[in-house]
Amino acid sequence: MSTQAVRLFRKLDGLFAVYKPQGVHWKLVRDNIEAHLLKELNSCPPPPPRLTVQFQLLTSGENRSSRDLILSPSMVPSLADHPHVTGPQFHKVHVGIGHRLDAFSSGVLVLGLGKANGLLEHLCKSHVTRDYTLEGQFGKATDDFCHTGRVIEKTTYDHVTEDKLERVIAMMQGANQKALIMYSQVDLQTQEAYELALKGLLYPHGKSPPILTGLRCIHFNPPHFTLEVQCVNETQKYLRKLIHEVGLELRTSAVCSGVRRTRDGPFKVENALTRQQWTTDNIIKAIAHFRSTKRKIRKSGIYRQTAAQSNTSIQEQKSKGLDDGQNFSCDTMVG
Amino acid sequence: METWRPCGMHLRVLSSSVQNNSSDLKHKKDENHCVTKYDSSDLHQESSQVSLSNTHNIGLDAVVRPSPFQEICEEEALRIQVPSALPPVSFTLRPYVDQSETLSKLVQLGVDLWKLEQRPNVGSMLVKLDFHADVAPRLLFLKDLGVEESKLGSLLTKNPFILTESLENLEARVAYLRSKKFSAQSVAAMVSKAPYLLNFSVKRLDNRLGFFQQLLGLSSEKTQNLVIRLPKLLCGSLEPVKENLKVCELEFGFRENEIRQIVTTVPKVLLADKRKLTQIFDFVHNTMGISHSLIAKFPQVLNAKFLRIRERHLFLEYLSRAQYQPSQPSYISLDRLVILPDEIFCSDVALATLEDFEQFQKTL
Repeated sequence: MSTQAVRLFRKLDGLFAVYKPQGVHWKLVRDNIEAHLLKELNSCPPPPPRLTVQFQLLTSGENRSSRDLILSPSMVPSLADHPHVTGPQFHKVHVGIGHRLDAFSSGVLVLGLGKANGLLEHLCKSHVTRDYTLEGQFGKATDDFCHTGRVIEKTTYDHVTEDKLERVIAMMQGANQKALIMYSQVDLQTQEAYELALKGLLYPHGKSPPILTGLRCIHFNPPHFTLEVQCVNETQKYLRKLIHEVGLELRTSAVCSGVRRTRDGPFKVENALTRQQWTTDNIIKAIAHFRSTKRKIRKSGIYRQTAAQSNTSIQEQKSKGLDDGQNFSCDTMVG
Repeated sequence: METWRPCGMHLRVLSSSVQNNSSDLKHKKDENHCVTKYDSSDLHQESSQVSLSNTHNIGLDAVVRPSPFQEICEEEALRIQVPSALPPVSFTLRPYVDQSETLSKLVQLGVDLWKLEQRPNVGSMLVKLDFHADVAPRLLFLKDLGVEESKLGSLLTKNPFILTESLENLEARVAYLRSKKFSAQSVAAMVSKAPYLLNFSVKRLDNRLGFFQQLLGLSSEKTQNLVIRLPKLLCGSLEPVKENLKVCELEFGFRENEIRQIVTTVPKVLLADKRKLTQIFDFVHNTMGISHSLIAKFPQVLNAKFLRIRERHLFLEYLSRAQYQPSQPSYISLDRLVILPDEIFCSDVALATLEDFEQFQKTL
C-alpha cells in the first residue's frame, strides 16, 4: 500500500532541463527546485495514524458506586503519529546536476531526480557538444574577462571589420579542429578516421582540454558582437577567455558581456523550464517529455561501459602475451 | 506513587512530571529543584543521568516483587500499577506525547512539536511543564490579550519560552505597551506577529521605542504605526537597522525626509539584506534611470525581488515601453511594475502574452 505522497515521489524520476537566470548560483537553483518539490510532497495528506488500545474506566451501568467501575478496551488514534509530532514525511529530495553553469552565465541546466542521477555521469562522459551564445564587447579588458570586472586597459576598435573577425574565427576553428583530431586518437590516414569524420563523429577520448567544434559570428555591430559556439569539455570561464583572445588577435581587447547556453546535448532551450515554471506539475511533464532521451543516454552509457571492459580485456590479453614472450625469451637466454 | 521499578529520586522526577501527577505541589517543587541542578537539561543528556542513577541504586533498595505464581484476586490485580513503558532516553518527543497531558494539549493547539524538539533544551523543558500549573494560565493570558486561537499554535512553535516566563512579567510588559497608547487590538496583533516580544524586559522595549523615534525623527504616533506594522523591530538587534539607514543615507544618497517616507511606507527596508538592497537600487537608479524622488514615492520597489524587476524592465525595454516618467505619455508606475502578478503584468502593462514573456526570459 502506498500513500499519495509516495506515489508522487516515485513519479519524480528522470532528467529535465531548467533555464538558469543570470546572476544566480546553480546551487540556489537546485535548492529552490528541491524546496518546491518538498513542499508539494509534504502537502499530500499524511498516512492515517496508528490505533492504540486504551483501557478506560467506565461505570457498569446499573450501579453508580465507584466499586463497579470496569475497564473497557477501546481503539483511539495515537497522537504520536499526528503530523504536528512526526513532522513532514519527506525531508530531502536528491536533485542531481549536470554540466555546471557559473553564476555569471545563464541558460540550459540539466537536472536529475531519483534514479536518473546516475545517468548524469553518463551524460557528462558521452562528449555531447553544448551550444553557447557569447556576447562580446570591444574596447576594454578586465581582470576576470566579464564586463563587470575591474578594467585593466582600454583600446580603440575602429580598425575591426567583420571580415577581419571572420578570419580570426576561421583560424581559431582550424586550430581546434586539429586538436580534436589529435585527442580523438585515430590515425588520420585510415578508412575508419575518414568515415568518422564524414559522419562528424570524431570526439576526444578520455580527458582533453576544452575543444571548440564549431564557431561562428552571428551578429557584428561594433563594439558589440555575438558568437555562436559548439564545444566539449568547456568551462564558462574558458569561453569568456575566448572572447578576450579574439580581441587580442584583432589587435584590440574585448570583454564578455554574456554567456548563454542554448543546448546541452539533447536538452534544448525550447523545453527548458523558466523560473516561474519550477512547479511539480511542470517538472513531471518535462520528465515525461525527456523520457526517450533518458533511455538513449542509459543505453549509450551501458554500451560505453561494456566497450571499455572489452578494451581492457583485450589489453590484458596483449599484456599476457607479452609476459609469455618475455618468459620465453628469458628461457632461451638461460638455455 | 508506588512503582515497581527500584528507582532513585531522579527517575521519579521525569516520570511524575511526564504523567502530570501534580497531586502535591510541594513535592513537585522539590523535584523541580533537583532537576535544575542539572544544567545540561538537554533531553537525552538529562535522561542518561537518570538511567545512571537507576543502575546505581538497583541493588540497594529493590522492592520485593510478588512471585509470579501467587494467585491474586481481581481487586488486587487492579491495584497493581504497571510502570509506564516510557523510554528513559529519546531523541524525539514522540513516545511522550500520548502520556503527557501538556504535550497532547499542545499538539491539539497546533504546535509543531517536531520543530521544537530540534531546538536545544526545548524538548526537556516541555516535558517538565505541568499543564494546569504552567501552561493553562499563560494560554488564558494570551487569550485575554486578544491573540486569536488559530494563531496560538504558530506563536508557541516560534516561542515556546513564553510558557516559562512569569505571569507578572508578562502583565508588566503588556501594561507598559498599553501605557504607550498602543490599543489592545494592536498589542495582540504585535504579539502574534513577533512572538518573542513579551520575553523582553520593559527597559529594553522602552529603549527600542526611544531609539526609533529619535533616529528616524518620527512623531510618537508614526513610530507606533511603524512598530505595529513590523513588531520584529523591537525584538531583533539594532545594528543591522543602523547599517541599513547609513546605506540609504550615504550609499544611495537619499535625503532625510525621503528616508522617513520610505521607512514609514515599507518598514521592511530596515530589516532587509544590505547587499540585496544595494543590488536593487543600483539597477533601478543606474540602469532604469529613475530619480531618488520617484523611488521614495514608490518604495515598494526596494522590497521586490531583483530578478523580477530585471526581467520585467528588460522585457518592457525590448518592447520599447519602458517609460517611467510620470510627466510623459504611456507612463508605467514602479508599483505596477513590481506588484502585479505575471499574467496581469503581461496583459495590462506590457500588452503582450504570457508565452511571449516566457520566450523572452529564455533569451536573457
